[in-house]
Amino acid sequence: MIDWLASLGRVGLTSAARLGRANLLMFAMWGGIPAMLRRPRLLLEQLYSVGVLTILIIAVSGTFVGMVLGLQGYYILSRFGAEATLGVMVAASLVRELGPVVTALLFAGRAGSALAAEIGLMKSTEQLSGLEMMAVNPQHRVLTPRLVAGILSMPLLAAMFSMLGVYGGWFVGVGLLGVDDGTYWVQMQSQIDWHEDIINGVIKSLVFGVVCTWIAIFQGYDCVPTSEGVSRATTRTVVHSSLAVLGLDFVLTALMFN
Amino acid sequence: MSKTTQLEVLVGAFIAAGFVALFFLAMQVSNLGTLNSGDSYQVKARFDNIGGLKVKAPVTLAGVEVGRVLDIYYDAKDFRAVAVLGIYSQYNQIPDDTFAKILTAGLLGEQYVGLDPGGSESMLKEGSEIAVTQSALVLEDVVGQFIYGKAQEGAK
Repeated sequence: MIDWLASLGRVGLTSAARLGRANLLMFAMWGGIPAMLRRPRLLLEQLYSVGVLTILIIAVSGTFVGMVLGLQGYYILSRFGAEATLGVMVAASLVRELGPVVTALLFAGRAGSALAAEIGLMKSTEQLSGLEMMAVNPQHRVLTPRLVAGILSMPLLAAMFSMLGVYGGWFVGVGLLGVDDGTYWVQMQSQIDWHEDIINGVIKSLVFGVVCTWIAIFQGYDCVPTSEGVSRATTRTVVHSSLAVLGLDFVLTALMFN
Repeated sequence: MSKTTQLEVLVGAFIAAGFVALFFLAMQVSNLGTLNSGDSYQVKARFDNIGGLKVKAPVTLAGVEVGRVLDIYYDAKDFRAVAVLGIYSQYNQIPDDTFAKILTAGLLGEQYVGLDPGGSESMLKEGSEIAVTQSALVLEDVVGQFIYGKAQEGAK
């Protein structure tokens, strides 16, 4: 009984300590922003590896998610004779929900795992300690550009996802199934609100960007410096990011669209 | 050197593509592009019952969108609803005895305000009021009238 209580206490203490370390790391990384602005090159490189390299998977999945939405939406809506609202359905579900959420999940899988593995390996090969030996703050030099790049990339990627999804739905609905071209766009434009739908979607993806990148960087930075530790950190990054994104999405939706 | 410029070009293209996508969402998908930010003049219309009419619903004339519903409120003096219609200023040739009615787009569609132009010489302008209106069709009322009519027939 005592053992059981002790193990419960240990779990509680370690997770509280980890949460605390994650928050301290976040503060430390914000502190590195002025130094990073003096070396925009570091941010540029991270924007490339976090953002540009993620475009392909975002583009492909965005298009296909939009096409599936167009197809499924058409079959259900045509049963009620409401094919005209296909554009609204595709655009609303993409801009509000699927765009930010699926982008964040893909981002965690593509960029987040790479970040965690890279930082974890830097730690286990003692590159971070090496930087410290040279009086370079590794948190500012290595982590801050990655964090900022992740936060900047997410809304842009989510916007691309939504745009390509709308075109995917358009291709299936208008091109293959014969919904009227004008109706598709006009209904969409009259029902989707710039502020209510699109700005809220952008805010969502910004929040997801912060959370996913933060988790990835923290897991990499906090990993046990062995090969097993790095692999565990990568796995944990993807699992924790996905759970955080899905949970936060519910909270944000409830706050924004009620 | 060519390596660095290539990196910069790729990142630049990424950022540009992201903003193009956002711009597309703003102009093509949402109502930002169609919301006529240009001038409009306000006209009031009083309805006995506005049904499911909502703010931002379109105002059409001969099927063409000529404005939007800007505001809806209840006037406690004459127990009617007032809809403030913002008519885009390029449509300033609408007679002031125009007839306003609340219509439904399709069977399950949104409600909108339809205008039927009258024959007056003077035109609607800022602050004028549409005198003749027709309320929204409320399904329960229609069914009720139908049943009442049937009962009357049966009584004879």
